[in-house]
Amino acid sequence: MGKHDVSGIASPNWLTTRAEALFDWVKQRVDPAVNWSRANSLWPMPFGTACCAIEFMAAAASRFDFARFGMERQAFSPRQADVLICAGRLPFKLAPVIRRIYDQMPQPKWVISMGACASTGGVFDNYAMVQGIDTVVPVDVYVPGCPPRPEGLLYGVLLLHKKIKGESLVTAGLRDEQPLDDRGLRLPPATIDEISEPFGNSLHQFRSA
Amino acid sequence: MSTRTVTYALGTTGVAPDGTPVRVPLGAPPDAEPDLGGEHLLLNIGPQHPATHGVLRLVVELDGETVVRCIPHVGYLHSGFEKLGEYRFYNQIIPLTDRNDYLAPMSNNVGVALAVEKLMGIGITPRCTVLRVIACEMSRIISHLVWVGTTGIDLGAFTPFLWAFQQRERIYDLQEMWTGARLTTSLTRVGGLMADIPEGFTAGLREFIQTFPRTLAELDRVLTRNAIWVGRTQGVGVMTAAEATNWSLSGPMLRASGVPFDVRKDQPYLGYETYDFEVPVGEHGDVYDRYLVRLEEMHQSTRILAQALDRLPDGPINVDDPRVILPSKSRAMSDMEAMIFHFKQVMEGVTAPVGEAYLGIEGPKGELGYYFVSDGSAKPVRWRIRPPAFLNLAALPKMAEGHLLSDLIAINASVDIVMGEVDR
Amino acid sequence: MNPSVAALRATFGSAIGRAMELCGDTIVYVDRAHLVDVLRWLRDTPGQAYDYLVDVTAVEYRDRERPLEVVYFLRALARVADLRVKVELDPAGELAVDSVASLWAGANWLEREVYDMFGVTFRGHPDLRRILMWETYAEGYPLRKDFPLRGRFSRAEQVRQALNANPEAHYSLEELSLADVQAELPPDMVDRLRRGERGTVPHSE
Repeated sequence: MGKHDVSGIASPNWLTTRAEALFDWVKQRVDPAVNWSRANSLWPMPFGTACCAIEFMAAAASRFDFARFGMERQAFSPRQADVLICAGRLPFKLAPVIRRIYDQMPQPKWVISMGACASTGGVFDNYAMVQGIDTVVPVDVYVPGCPPRPEGLLYGVLLLHKKIKGESLVTAGLRDEQPLDDRGLRLPPATIDEISEPFGNSLHQFRSA
Repeated sequence: MSTRTVTYALGTTGVAPDGTPVRVPLGAPPDAEPDLGGEHLLLNIGPQHPATHGVLRLVVELDGETVVRCIPHVGYLHSGFEKLGEYRFYNQIIPLTDRNDYLAPMSNNVGVALAVEKLMGIGITPRCTVLRVIACEMSRIISHLVWVGTTGIDLGAFTPFLWAFQQRERIYDLQEMWTGARLTTSLTRVGGLMADIPEGFTAGLREFIQTFPRTLAELDRVLTRNAIWVGRTQGVGVMTAAEATNWSLSGPMLRASGVPFDVRKDQPYLGYETYDFEVPVGEHGDVYDRYLVRLEEMHQSTRILAQALDRLPDGPINVDDPRVILPSKSRAMSDMEAMIFHFKQVMEGVTAPVGEAYLGIEGPKGELGYYFVSDGSAKPVRWRIRPPAFLNLAALPKMAEGHLLSDLIAINASVDIVMGEVDR
Repeated sequence: MNPSVAALRATFGSAIGRAMELCGDTIVYVDRAHLVDVLRWLRDTPGQAYDYLVDVTAVEYRDRERPLEVVYFLRALARVADLRVKVELDPAGELAVDSVASLWAGANWLEREVYDMFGVTFRGHPDLRRILMWETYAEGYPLRKDFPLRGRFSRAEQVRQALNANPEAHYSLEELSLADVQAELPPDMVDRLRRGERGTVPHSE
C-alpha cells in the first residue's frame, strides 16, 4: 500500500484514508490503461532540422517504419502532437521557434532529443549553435548518434514508452506547463553555462592557427 | 493497346504574353469589386512546416490565392561551418561537410578533398579517381530520389516517396559497407580516401545498377504523364535562360531553363570527360522541366556508375606521400620514421602552401564550390562553401510572384533546397 | 593568366592593381572606386561576357597588416572562363563597397551574407539586412577574426538573447513595404529599425 502526501494533512483520518485508497486505485487500475494508450499512440511532432531529419524520414519509411509503434500520423501541427522529436541541430535563430512549438503542444507531451547536436550541440561548439535543446525545452529521452540509425531512434522511442508506462496520473505537477521565467530562460544561467561547457580537454579545437 | 489523349487546361501561368512574370501591385487591383476590397493577407509559412523542405520561412503576401510577394527568410539552420573550418585541420573539415548537404554527403566530401588537393598541388591515384566518381554519382542518385519523393508528397503523391526511400536504403547499405556510416560518410581524405571498397561492394552496386531503372520506370509511369502532376508543374515557376544565368542558378535549375552548363562537361574533374553520358537540358524552365531533368540525370548517373565499375583499376587508393597520408597503424607502431610522420600529421596537421584555390563540382543541387585561402599553416584562413541551393533559393521570389499559393509550394519544391547548405 | 587581365589594364589603366595566377586561377585586384565600372565592363563587353556570377565573399587574414578582401568570382559561361576579382578594404577603416546587385541578381543574397558575416556595407544594395543571423543579432560579425569561435557572450546570455529575439516580428505589412523603400528612409529611422524597433501597423479602414 503506497503512502501519498495527501494535501499535507498531518494526521490520518477517514478522509485521508479514502483519498489514499483512491490514489492507489488510480495507480493500479487507471494508470496502466492510460499509460498504455499514451505510449502506443505517440504522434510525433517532427521538428526536423538537419541530417537527423533524414534518418527520421528513413525511420518513417517502409524499411524501419515507426508506424508499427503507434507513431502513424506525423502531426505537423503541434496542437495535435504528443512527442516533439527535435531531429537535428538547433541554431540560436531557431531556439524561439522550438520553444514556441513546444509551448503550443497540449499536455501530455514529451520531447525526444534526437542526435548529438540536439542533445549537446554536437560538432558545432560555436557562436551559432544551441548547446543542447535542453537549455530551451525540457527533454525526456536523448538519442545519441550523428545521426542515430533509425533503429537507434526506435530504441529511444521505446525508452520513452518505458518512461511513460512508469508515470502516474496522481503525480503532482508532472503535467504542469513549465513556462520560461521572467528572464526568458528555462534554467538558471549558471546551469546553462555549465552544461554548455566544451567536452574534453582538446584546446586545439578553439585555436585558429 | 488503346491510347487516350487528355487535354488539360492549365491555370494561371504567372507569365505575361511577353514572357515577364505577372506581378500584382500592392493595393487593390483596378477592377476589383468594391466590397471585395484590396486587403492583402500576410501568411507565414515555416520555419517549421512539412512543405518547406527544411527550416525555411516564407513570408507570403497574398491577394486571395495569388502570391503578390514572397520573402524567404533563411538562416534558421546557420551552423557556423565556415567559422569552424578556420579552427580545423584540412582533414578535420571533411566530416563537417557531411553535415552540409546531408542528402548527398559523399559528393561534399569529394568536393572539399578535390579543392584542398588543388590548393596543395596533390594528385590522386587512378583507383581513387574512379571511386570518387562512383561516390559522386551515388550521391546524385540519392539526392534526386529524396527530391522526387518529397516533391511528390508536396504535390499530393505519397507513394513515390516510399519507393524512393526504399531505393535510398540500398545505396545507404552500400555507403555503410564502404564507410561504416549511412549518412555521415566522411569518405575522402586529402590525397585519398578513408578506406577502399570492401568485398561485396561491387556486386551490390552492380545489382543496384541492374534493378534501379525499374524504380525509375515506376516513377515515370506514375508521374510524368499524370494529369495532376502535369497540371501543377507545367508553366509554373518559369525562369528563362537569361534570367537563370543572371540569378546565378546552377545544376538542374539552370539546365531546365535551357542553359547547357554542367561542370562535369564544361570544367571536368575526376576524369568525367572520359565517361560516356548525356546531360539533360530543358526548354521551358518550369517545374515540370526540372522534374524531367532530374529524372533523366538519375538514368545518366546509373550509366556512369556502370562505366566506372567496368574501368575500376587496381592499385592504392591513397597517394604515396607520407606527409599527407597517415601511415598504416602497423607501420606507425613499428617504424620510427612512420611514427614521426604520424605524429606530425596528427599534432601539427598537414600544412598547405600560401595561396588560394577554388574548385566547383557538379553536385546534385548545382555547382558546389569550395574556396580555400591558406596562409601556410595547417588550418585555412578562410573556407568558403559556394552554396548552390542558397543561390537557387534566392530566385524563389522571382519565380513565385504572380502565381497561386499552391504553385508556390510546387516551385519551392522544384528548387531542391537543403537548408544545411543554404544556411551553412 | 586569363587574357581579360590585359584587356582590363588596357581599358582601366591604374584602376587595376596586381594580377596573379594561383593554382591555375587568375586573380586580379581592382580599385574600390572603380569596382562597379570594371565589373559592368566585364559583363557587357563582347569578348569578355562574364555573364555568370559564381560567388561573392570576403576574406580576412590572420595577419592584421593585410587588408580585408571582397572577392568576386566571375564566369563567362559561353567561353567557360573564370576570373576572380578582388577589392581590398582597410579592416580598421570604413568597410563599404558598391553593390553589384544591379548587375547580377544573384549578388543580392550573396552581398547580404557578406554584410552579415563581415560587416561590409554594400552601397546601393536594395535590401541590406542580415540574412543568416537574426536581424537584431548583437554579438557582432561572426567571420571577423576578432570574433571568437564560441561568440562573445556567455552561453546563457546567448540563449537568453536568442529566446527573446522574436524573429516573427519581422513580417508586418509595414516592414515588407519598408524593405522596398529603405534607401529613401531617413538614416535615424533605418538605424532604429535595424536595432529592432517595431512600429504598430495602422489599422486599415
